[in-house]
Amino acid sequence: MGNIVAAINLRKYFPIVGGVFRRKIGDVKAVDGVTFTIKTGETFGLVGESGCGKTTLGKTLIRLLDPTSGRILFDPEGNLPDNPKIEERMNDYDISSVKGGKLKSLRRYMQIVYQNPSTSLNPRMLVKDIVAEPLVVQGLAKGKEAEERVLQILERVGLAREHLYRYPHEFSGGQKQRIAIARALITHPKFIVLDEPTSSVDVSVRASLLDLFKELQRNMGLTYLFISHDLSMIEAISDRVAVMYLGKIVEIADPKELFNNPLHPYTQALFSAIPIPDPEVKRERIILGGEPPSPANPPSGCRFHPRCRYVKDICSKQEPTLIEVKPGHYVACHLY
Amino acid sequence: MEEILSPDEQLRVKDLVVRFYTYEGIVKAVEKARLNLKKGETLGIVGETGSGKSVTALTILALTPPPGKVEGGSILFRRISGSIDDILKLREEQLIKLRGREISMIFQEPNAALDPLYTVGDQVAEAILSHRLSEMLDKAIESLKEEIKDGGGGFSSRLQLWAYNEMKKNPEALKLRLVKKLPIIGKMISKKLNQVVREEIVGLLRLMEIPDPERVIDSYPHELSGGMQQRIVIAIALACSPLLLLADEPTTSLDVTVQAQILDLIMRLKERFGASIIYITHDMGVIAEISDRVAVMYAGNVVEVAPVIELFKKPLHPYTKALLEAIPRPGATFKSIPGTVPNLVNPPPGCRFHPRCPYAMPRCREEIPELRRITKEHYVACHLYGGEEHGKHSGGD
Repeated sequence: MGNIVAAINLRKYFPIVGGVFRRKIGDVKAVDGVTFTIKTGETFGLVGESGCGKTTLGKTLIRLLDPTSGRILFDPEGNLPDNPKIEERMNDYDISSVKGGKLKSLRRYMQIVYQNPSTSLNPRMLVKDIVAEPLVVQGLAKGKEAEERVLQILERVGLAREHLYRYPHEFSGGQKQRIAIARALITHPKFIVLDEPTSSVDVSVRASLLDLFKELQRNMGLTYLFISHDLSMIEAISDRVAVMYLGKIVEIADPKELFNNPLHPYTQALFSAIPIPDPEVKRERIILGGEPPSPANPPSGCRFHPRCRYVKDICSKQEPTLIEVKPGHYVACHLY
Repeated sequence: MEEILSPDEQLRVKDLVVRFYTYEGIVKAVEKARLNLKKGETLGIVGETGSGKSVTALTILALTPPPGKVEGGSILFRRISGSIDDILKLREEQLIKLRGREISMIFQEPNAALDPLYTVGDQVAEAILSHRLSEMLDKAIESLKEEIKDGGGGFSSRLQLWAYNEMKKNPEALKLRLVKKLPIIGKMISKKLNQVVREEIVGLLRLMEIPDPERVIDSYPHELSGGMQQRIVIAIALACSPLLLLADEPTTSLDVTVQAQILDLIMRLKERFGASIIYITHDMGVIAEISDRVAVMYAGNVVEVAPVIELFKKPLHPYTKALLEAIPRPGATFKSIPGTVPNLVNPPPGCRFHPRCPYAMPRCREEIPELRRITKEHYVACHLYGGEEHGKHSGGD
């Protein structure tokens, strides 16, 4: 299997403006030089604390935000080669600067499910119109045919015909999220960004949503970018996991490897902070001092060095690059 | 059950019934809930949205949100004075003395709990001045006397000394109010008191492990991160060393690393202040870490109470089992609980969990199960378990 999405040195800065003339006085470096690929058919987990840029990365990947620099490669067929450095062949897949109609036709293949369905669903639209909207926008179907397809997709996500003519407020949180999922799926996309899709629902509902994601992935050949700060959930659902800190990916590995053998000191601290649902296990906690620095003015060298327990001289001077320490396990740290 | 608490008990909630009168009907939010809390213990309450856990906590402070009404039961609480009172029978002016002093609360959203228009210092000072005024006045008087004895201290010190002594007698006295209205002099009066309170707050913030408390005390809430805001809320809650701390999902809105810091802080402060804690959450991981005993709530009922290790090892109630299975674990398939939380306007008859229960029997539909003692400290409300009087014929797996 090839890859479906690749990011090469991707950056997204948000300008800070100030003064009387609203001049630019700085940048919030939300995503700052990120390179990775997502394999076709996998669930790629992205974890990090709030403010580390994971949502910005997700949105930039599907071009809901325009990248400041760097390239995004996307192939709806899912056949991107493993080494995306081969320049000439890549230009066909480069979506980092496509515009207008071409971008619109690409949107069909890339969708997003947001964190909070109460705000991502228009309260004044009927469910059937909410879910049919992508079809209408893309010009794929309308009227009776659209409704037929809406019904099909609603049934797939566990809703029924009786729900067609209702408004979002008539549903529970879990059901609303199912509507949002149906809307994302109706154009038969290949790649879906799930931006904390279960953080607004209860534990018992969460499990059923995760099940639904798994089942849809199997049956519809989907690739997910699963963004979350809930580490135990990421561990359970992902095929590979990337850990982000302050706009950078610091470690990528498959979840088993990552959770059993975290290499980056930040990953170690992050995982040791997860409360274990077993009162008899007492784990040694690495409590991080302080809080993440501001992405507007990140520390020099390795961004984690002011909070790192293994900090060396080199850490404040030189920025570590992501290197493969073991097959499939990448880490950006001077210790390795 | 007898009406008095056993010597090591701090709080007992007995058969609490809370109902909300809404347009859609009467929401039976809490139905015959029973809890008890020992001195210095941390009781975790788990449950999903709408299980009545927050309403129970607010009712312990006699702050049942409208249109809610307490329709039955009692909340016995051992006061600082040693007397035992039913909180539901106290008058409002007695409650004002109780809240924040003997029982205080940490809310879920620090952002919403703090007033955006006042500095951190002002907000912590409010708690200190409303409950520990005389203590603060004593400190101020003490330090003024020192000053005067050392030969220093002119008119201003003498004026303040007079004012504080008056304040101790009656803070609302007419002459005090008049003096406060005077220009310059009015301001002069509160100088020493403010200084003393400020020192107290800085000490408190330092205890909360807030870096640079001298700066934080003059900041507004929006200038601080979520974790820092929650530390301020905890500082306010602990400002008067309460006997009981109610924590309603205090870390839900925080990141795991910050959550770890806050949990660690709460546990260490508990040691220091010796308070009992009721910790409400839906996160089984947090429960496992922080609590001594756990109460599981479902649809307004307490369905199981057990020491934390026993609950995780040998859950008895089918709902507790389902909750534990719903925790995502790698490799395993996700087990969800079929169906949804019932509408509490029209709760299912009998056991409220029976429509979602895999072990439901005809009896479950008709008869409400009582919370029964199974082993020494393990209570469950389920017809599968006979309880002590029926011997040991426990069903289930």
